[in-house]
Amino acid sequence: MNIIVVGLSHHTASIETREKLAFDPNRIEKPLRGLVALPDIREGILLSTCNRVEVYAVTRDIAGGIARIKRFLAEWHELPYEEVAQHLYGYHGENAIRHVFRVAASLDSLVVGESQILGQVKAAYSYAAEYGTSGLILNRFLHKAFFVAKRVRTETRIAASAVSIAFAAVELAKKIFGDLADKTVLLIGAGEMGELAAKHFIGNGVRSVLVANRTFERGARLAEELAGRPVRFEDLFDHLHKADIILSSTGASHYIIGPKDVAGAVRRRKQRPMFFIDIAVPRDVDPEVNELENVYLYNTDDLQDIVESNREQRLKEAAKAEEIVAEEAGRFLAWLSSLEVVPTIVALRSRFDEIVRTEVERTMVAWKGISPEHEKRIEAMTAAMIAKLLHTPISVLKHTGQGNRIDLYLDALRSLFDLQVEASEKNEAMLGNDE
Amino acid sequence: MSEVLYVAVLVLYGAATVFYLVFLLRSVGSRGKAAVWTLAAGFAVHCLFTAARYLEAGYTPITTMHESLSFFSLAIVGFFLAMAGKYRVALLGSFVTPLAMMAMLASASFPSAIAPLNPALRSGWLGIHTIIAFGGYAAFAVACCAGIMYLLQERYLKKKKLGALYRRLPSLDTLDDINYRCLTIGFPLLTIAIISGAIWAESAWGAYWSWDPKETWSLITWFIYAALLHGRLTIGWRGRRAAVLAIVGFGFILFTFVGVNLWLPGLHSYR
Repeated sequence: MNIIVVGLSHHTASIETREKLAFDPNRIEKPLRGLVALPDIREGILLSTCNRVEVYAVTRDIAGGIARIKRFLAEWHELPYEEVAQHLYGYHGENAIRHVFRVAASLDSLVVGESQILGQVKAAYSYAAEYGTSGLILNRFLHKAFFVAKRVRTETRIAASAVSIAFAAVELAKKIFGDLADKTVLLIGAGEMGELAAKHFIGNGVRSVLVANRTFERGARLAEELAGRPVRFEDLFDHLHKADIILSSTGASHYIIGPKDVAGAVRRRKQRPMFFIDIAVPRDVDPEVNELENVYLYNTDDLQDIVESNREQRLKEAAKAEEIVAEEAGRFLAWLSSLEVVPTIVALRSRFDEIVRTEVERTMVAWKGISPEHEKRIEAMTAAMIAKLLHTPISVLKHTGQGNRIDLYLDALRSLFDLQVEASEKNEAMLGNDE
Repeated sequence: MSEVLYVAVLVLYGAATVFYLVFLLRSVGSRGKAAVWTLAAGFAVHCLFTAARYLEAGYTPITTMHESLSFFSLAIVGFFLAMAGKYRVALLGSFVTPLAMMAMLASASFPSAIAPLNPALRSGWLGIHTIIAFGGYAAFAVACCAGIMYLLQERYLKKKKLGALYRRLPSLDTLDDINYRCLTIGFPLLTIAIISGAIWAESAWGAYWSWDPKETWSLITWFIYAALLHGRLTIGWRGRRAAVLAIVGFGFILFTFVGVNLWLPGLHSYR
């Protein structure tokens, strides 16, 4: 039994193409059922996010399965096959397993290490489980993928660092203040960047927001949107000391906050720390401010440097993560192969038994006057022959373990002896394999 | 018996130190658990050692450098373990444990024989005075470690060089909070230790205060911490300044404890 992956992602297709092939998660049942209704597609999962559309399926016929799913994707969206097919990739065997593990662990993401994708994979799986289109193999497979994602998350620092300016600022604030819940953010200037950063802070627990803008009305509108309070720009320095975190993004052509203003504010707030985030270009806050005790000032370039080094860090960590993925993919492949070993052995034995029994019976009928004792002897002899003939092939099957070779053997046996084999979970226990 | 326990303590603290340093340098995984459990095991054995030593000597085993450095180490580890539950700053152990280990190694370098106790000192005050004093020392030791961590973290934030250690270190606020908490525990203990010492001195030597070097230096130390506490409560000394003072204060504690014993002869001198 084989796991195959067919799909496209931001690596192979533009957003326009991805949009055309996307599935609506709320209407996933029909395509899922259509997928598993394809010939020889035993199990199937559909993952559709803004960066990828992928099908994970179980089939016996790798090439045929991949081709059918490619055609299915085109037909379902009523697109010409050639137009779609050029963006689609198809994986099988270890590559397919590795690919799905990499997707779940966010190694294949546009922003490597982002955490959203795991949730999306989980959702896709739960649809498949709900509609019964995933079975023994995909169930195990997806749970393994979640496990790999978790391992990557805990054993590497792939997601430990911020890769956007706003997140970098929030992380710094947490290193200064610890908990942000009782902190106040002062937003100076009602620009888009500042608003975005302020929202990140609110998302991380900040409840109290002040907005100071040159045109008061505009500031008031933004304050309302952020559930904060507007203050008059002229009164800025009467409010400065109330703020723990100051986000400044005005269009002013010169510094609007200098060390003297800040020193006064810090004194008023009894030396409690202040964190200035100056995302304005040209800058709003005099860099001298950073020299003051208990005051921390970061400007756009500083934050950009952090983001850059975090990105590099992530790429380094990704190498570690790839090792984890490779290790787990190998293990899973071994399990997948083991699924068919025992049924193949059983089928092989019964095929031999069947042939021998038929032939013995035919002989017995023709052989008048044979004594029951001789009959027994002949049966014992044929049983011994079967056992001896099958001894080597069976022990080779049991001990080949994992990888492509076992699949080769199993395939050969199945076609040479015309065996019908169904995968079953029992096998694992019978072989005493771990996963 | 007690020698075996002593060696066991050294081994366990040594192992805990190694675990904590590995924990500090290796950034991934949760090796902190092994470290804290090893340290806790060391602490348990250390308590047993101290009890055994108490039974052998018949009084609180804190009258030689060997004993008192060991007791100092015990107090630091005990105080840290008590704090660890509240603050969950495992990394603090990477700073505190090596300190406790150094105290143990220093202790091991002094002769372990039980010295005959001056009859004048045979009193219940010995236990009370010294245990309280060492409780205070332990709090200040942990405050010093938190102070070092604060200065490191503050430097990373100011210089905008955010290395691996920056990620591991807790927030400035947490470190400052630990500093303050230690101060509010250590300062009363130091105060009580000085007062109980004065009362004991009156009954043993006939005078509350005799400007013995230990008394003088204790008073200086007391003033430093009093200034820090006052500064914190009234004018908002905190952060860097509090961290520096906690480190300086602990330097004075060390001198009052070790330096005075070894280099300034007086009523408190013992070896």
